[in-house]
Amino acid sequence: MAVVFEKPKMLADVPLHYCPGCTHGIIHRLVAEAIDELGVGEKTIGVAPVGCAVFAYNYFNCDMYEAAHGRAPAVATGVKRCLPDNVVFTYQGDGDLASIGTAEIVHAATRGEKITTIFVNNAIYGMTGGQMAPTTLLGQKATTAPLGRSVEKNGYPVRMSEMLATLDGPAYIARVSVHDVKHIMEAKKAIKRAFEMQIAGKGFSLVEVLSTCPTNWGMSPAEALKWLEENMIPQYPLGVKKEVE
Amino acid sequence: MAKVTFSTEACKGCGLCALACPKKIVALSGEINAKGYHPAECTKPEECIGCAFCARMCPDCVITVEK
Repeated sequence: MAVVFEKPKMLADVPLHYCPGCTHGIIHRLVAEAIDELGVGEKTIGVAPVGCAVFAYNYFNCDMYEAAHGRAPAVATGVKRCLPDNVVFTYQGDGDLASIGTAEIVHAATRGEKITTIFVNNAIYGMTGGQMAPTTLLGQKATTAPLGRSVEKNGYPVRMSEMLATLDGPAYIARVSVHDVKHIMEAKKAIKRAFEMQIAGKGFSLVEVLSTCPTNWGMSPAEALKWLEENMIPQYPLGVKKEVE
Repeated sequence: MAKVTFSTEACKGCGLCALACPKKIVALSGEINAKGYHPAECTKPEECIGCAFCARMCPDCVITVEK
């Protein structure tokens, strides 16, 4: 019998600390599979964020940095400019990238830094206990918006991929989801494409992955996948937002 | 004939594999692992087609599929 599916080599053989049903684990695996398939594991350097994925440095079998909150694109810029032949990626959540790290991501993108960013959007602050994020949907409840986010008090959720796609620096920007197997396969393709863009020296690449947070959304893992599909995708449409030749 | 193996102690019992299985033969076991979760298991191994949907859906890489 041949092995059809096993843990990718780029993922360390340690248990993930994420809550049951959290899709961070799926996204870690897709990044690891893409790196394995491109055969660049030996020269890949990752930058971990602050947030639920802070321990990403324990999970990938490559060199990893831990950046201050939101600063992963700035750290990755330094790494890539010192080691231009290496493959450099950041792995960031929405509290990290779309809030405290907005300046860093916008400027890394517009400078066209040849790095890849995996942006995990679960519409809430996970690690700190479910506060409202810039990406929280209108009407969605959070500990700091107990009656649900409202336009009057909190303004509108931000669509980072669309915003970054207006810049000239990015080579590839796509939004994908991991709420079922079909979308997981598509997400894998997009993540691999983003790394290929970096390896080809085309410029900045980013994949936004819609993700669940069953714990802070107050749902079962199955309900959370359904909620993502029904509520997040209409607000955050999937697809390739920018791709250069 | 396909073979699906669950790393029982690593499983967190989220049940996403059971949702993904097209044959509906993956379910949470009545047993409890050391972490206190009901781990997933294949209830009818002879009906497994080795599609690996369960493994691709698993957030914790608990599942290995052979065919």
